[in-house]
Amino acid sequence: MTSDLAIAHLLLGLTVFAYVGGALAALSVRGAAGRALTAIGAVAGSLATLALGLWSLGAGVTPTLALPVLPFSGLALRVDGLSAFFLVVVGVAGVAVGAYGFGYSAHYEGRYSLRLLGVTLNLLLLSLAIQVTADNALTFLMTWEMMSVAAYVLVLTEHDQGGTVRAANWYLGVTHAGFAALVAAFLLLSAGDPTTSFEAMRAASLSPGARDAVFALALLGFSAKAGIVPLHVWLPMAHPVAPSHVSALMSGVVIKMGVYGLLRVTLDLLGGGPAWWGGVVLGAGAISALLGVLYALMEHDLKRLLAYHSVENVGIIFIGIGAGLMSQSYGLPGLALLGFVAALYHTLNHACFKGLLFLGAGSVLQATHTRNMEELGGLIKRMPRTALFFLVGSAAISALPPLNGFASEWLVFQALLGGAAIPRPEVALVMPIAVAMLALTSGLAVACFVKAFGITFLALPRSTAAENAREAPPSMQVGMLMLAILCIALGLGASLVVPALGGALAGLGGLPAVPIGFSLEMPLRVSGTVGEMSPVLVAAGLLLLGGITWIALRLLADRRLRVGETWGCGRFGQTPRMEYTATAFAEPLRRVFAEVYRPTQDLSIDFHPASRYFVESIEYRSAIHPWFEQALYTPVLRLLRGAAHRVRRLQAGSLHLYLTYMTIVLVVLLIVARWPR
Amino acid sequence: MTGFLLEAAQVLLALALAPGLVGLIRWMKARLQNRRGAPVRQPYLELRKLFRKEVVLSTNASWIFRAAPFVVFASTVAVGFLVPLLAVPLPFDEVGDLLVVVYLLLLGTFFLALAGLDPGSAFGGMGSSREMTVAALAEPTLAVAIFALALGAGSTNLGQIVGRTMADPLAAVSPGHLLAFAALFIVMLAETGRLPVDNPATHLELTMIHEAMVLEYSGRYLALIEWAAALKLLIFFALLGNLFVPWGVAATLTPTALSLAVGALLVKLVVLAAAVAIFETRVAKLRLFRVPELLSASFVLALLAVTSSFLLR
Amino acid sequence: MRAGTNALLFAKILKLGLATEPLGPGDEGLLHLARSVEERTLRLLGRAVAIREVDAGSCNGCEIEITGLTSPVYDAARFGIHFVASPRHADLLLVTGPVTRNMEIPLRKTYEATPDPKLVVAVGDCARTCGVFQSSYAIVGSVDAVVPVDVFVAGCPPEPADILRGILAALDRLPKR
Repeated sequence: MTSDLAIAHLLLGLTVFAYVGGALAALSVRGAAGRALTAIGAVAGSLATLALGLWSLGAGVTPTLALPVLPFSGLALRVDGLSAFFLVVVGVAGVAVGAYGFGYSAHYEGRYSLRLLGVTLNLLLLSLAIQVTADNALTFLMTWEMMSVAAYVLVLTEHDQGGTVRAANWYLGVTHAGFAALVAAFLLLSAGDPTTSFEAMRAASLSPGARDAVFALALLGFSAKAGIVPLHVWLPMAHPVAPSHVSALMSGVVIKMGVYGLLRVTLDLLGGGPAWWGGVVLGAGAISALLGVLYALMEHDLKRLLAYHSVENVGIIFIGIGAGLMSQSYGLPGLALLGFVAALYHTLNHACFKGLLFLGAGSVLQATHTRNMEELGGLIKRMPRTALFFLVGSAAISALPPLNGFASEWLVFQALLGGAAIPRPEVALVMPIAVAMLALTSGLAVACFVKAFGITFLALPRSTAAENAREAPPSMQVGMLMLAILCIALGLGASLVVPALGGALAGLGGLPAVPIGFSLEMPLRVSGTVGEMSPVLVAAGLLLLGGITWIALRLLADRRLRVGETWGCGRFGQTPRMEYTATAFAEPLRRVFAEVYRPTQDLSIDFHPASRYFVESIEYRSAIHPWFEQALYTPVLRLLRGAAHRVRRLQAGSLHLYLTYMTIVLVVLLIVARWPR
Repeated sequence: MTGFLLEAAQVLLALALAPGLVGLIRWMKARLQNRRGAPVRQPYLELRKLFRKEVVLSTNASWIFRAAPFVVFASTVAVGFLVPLLAVPLPFDEVGDLLVVVYLLLLGTFFLALAGLDPGSAFGGMGSSREMTVAALAEPTLAVAIFALALGAGSTNLGQIVGRTMADPLAAVSPGHLLAFAALFIVMLAETGRLPVDNPATHLELTMIHEAMVLEYSGRYLALIEWAAALKLLIFFALLGNLFVPWGVAATLTPTALSLAVGALLVKLVVLAAAVAIFETRVAKLRLFRVPELLSASFVLALLAVTSSFLLR
Repeated sequence: MRAGTNALLFAKILKLGLATEPLGPGDEGLLHLARSVEERTLRLLGRAVAIREVDAGSCNGCEIEITGLTSPVYDAARFGIHFVASPRHADLLLVTGPVTRNMEIPLRKTYEATPDPKLVVAVGDCARTCGVFQSSYAIVGSVDAVVPVDVFVAGCPPEPADILRGILAALDRLPKR
């Protein structure tokens, strides 16, 4: 045990040392060397984080760490299975993002502050690593705030670009509204003492009303971070304007802290709850998944599209958690474990493929200086490696077998199908509806990524910027390559990953250490409604069949091949303007879902002055503004602004008045402090 | 070992029968149009001819365009290994369940849609866009119909679904089963590009869905895609036939049982082909924006199937 | 939809029977033609001929006759001859009309887009001589002035049987496999 503790301390120490070192290097060293040292700090720290997580998962130990190095009292850290899993998520994303950042931040040189970027990136990674190991409310909330502020500063990197400041402010506003809810939730949980350990919270017996209140507050707070509809508004604003590797980190890991927190509070600290908790989480997840992908389909800004897909995927994760909570409340622990495992698996997978896609989008952005898909195209010939990586990410997020997205979505499906075992038919009927929403979501996601990859990388370039694009530098390729390999490996290795995740969750909220009724290996063998699937064999079969077909064609079929012009009914020459655009691609679905989108359309036609039969120009504009966001946020913002105006009267500019305030506050504080309890 | 031989035999049989099935539907439709029609073997001859022809490749096309036919063909053939055509349980039953079948077919659609966009022609993009729209909207029906089937069998494994209905013949006429069959039949029409969703015989680009995506393909690549499309049709027929009316599927690997299974499969294919031919004679193609209504109708059928299964449980 | 529509439709289909000209006793010429088309398409193109029709500027008289090929009466499909939407899928181009200036490049591009082995059959008098459009400012010339033609089918317009004969003659020009 002592040696275990020593290893944990060593790895944690390395993590802190490397991240802090990277931050200091960013402060003190300039130019390429500074970027390199920053990246080395981030990569080394992430490797140590990854090692700590993997070691803890593998060894099955849950070390409680003392923190002699930090001068604060009241901080407490502990690595249990759930923490270890999220350490792995942070580590994996951190390594890739760190390596990629070296190349990506090169074009910031001389334009934006590399010091600030390097420092905050390393601090963000550090706060993430500490976040998931926090063992009391104080540590949790402090690192939560540190993470939020670091991310805020990172979003502001390109501060002189339009929309950046606004996006960052929205992010700060939503995340702090969530933070307020979290503080309230933890105050309820810890009975007012922020240094109460999580262990004591688990043991505490709260009244059902208080438990419901904690759940509601926690759901609110963590949904704001995770980007659950309708608290997702900051995602499609902040992700596009942040540096791309920061977007990857935020989408891959930072929003997952909402998932971590929800699991930590509802499953671990509260130990599960009534069925309606699960129902609410499931419903919020399903709605987020569907609305996320629907708005993604209409997006032509590559990074905004990806941001909406984060809303979708967090929704899928919440569906898994919701199904788990519901099954747990009906006394089906094995099935509950399946739901939670599916959610965790999708969390890790999403960190990989969404990280990869954001890095790919960053490479495109750096090469073409535009995120507008309508100006891209033909990049597969100019950036072949980025294109290949982006294709892997697209196939993975579209849940195509045998990649990782399919493995975890398959588990979510199975958790929902298994939900039919819930003994109350009217409750169980939620499951097929959730299945339908999930299926529609994944079908639309495939359509969306045909659009995202096809319009961005295939056919002819639609602008000179795209025509002159060059392949990304090696360090950026390495970052993408790592995540692409993981997307494939996590898919093929499902039979290893799933039991490990089951082990990580064992014991939390009364979940069984050994699953009941089925084995947590692929193929799943069960007594309830669950099927069997083996991604490795599917992959092997596909490769084998493709290979046989290829060889058979070479041997048996005619091998003549001639290159000619694209067939266009004999028209003279082909221009990119003849290609299908992203808008056109999504048009059928826009009409099908017109009720949801409620697009605004504006058509103005200039006729020839002599005759209305001749048209000089036609201008057509169509835009989609999420109407429910406006309906929801406009009154809130108006209220806030009104309140702010009233509060401003306090700030009269008179020094005497301010001194009076201070005196009053001091007196009140003294009275409160000395008040007999 | 016999199991694996059976797997290979079943896939070879499916590959061999698939073009004939398309030919059979075309022949029946011709007869219903009072035409003599091409013989049933016509699609085989067309495939053979295409394999012997030159390929003309667009200058804009990337490796995606050349890889797509192989992905489409391989994924469809892989599905052929998972679907019980002749006997249960298959040795590959645990490699993939009904969800894997659906997503493997989606993998082919994904690559074909990318290949439609690749040469940069407006027709290809239009085909891809429409194909993905229909595919996405068909997903919920497929998933809920799978739910209905899995509810009865206690598994999404194809072998277990077939085995369960064989063990309990009354289940085949339960409302859940019948409604799920109707829902899947409609989805089959959409997924395989039949009327009233898509017209496989159209020459007018603006009315095309599937054809528009493959306008740019020629020679051996076209042959692979056409063959895969025929195989997909056969697989959907086999799913409809064997999941809902499993009789004839061999439970033991004796020569009598297997020859009976081949006979039963042929009968089911001919019956479904006749149903499709008669249906296609009767209906006109739907306007593209009426297709979602058809698919929502099929979704409601699937949801009713699940509900009735719950209530009658 | 009126009840009984289905019954009426299918009753009519059954009553009519086969409308296709039979291959039994009947018009000896057409019978012979049909037999040889069948035999030679089988030998030459694996009995599967995909046709892309190109209207290079015709008055559409020829198109009406070509459409006749797919009617229940002639039913070219029974010989494995069918029409396709893309020259990429085609083995044979059926070109009609004098080639107008606007259709010169499209015709050439269609020819280039068709994979080998390929054939061109020019249908109608205009395709060979430009017919009444001769020396018009709007035309380039006959079809063979633009793409190599294997067979000309005479007539204004030619009958479907003549067009079938032309297709057959063109198939004869293919190198033996």
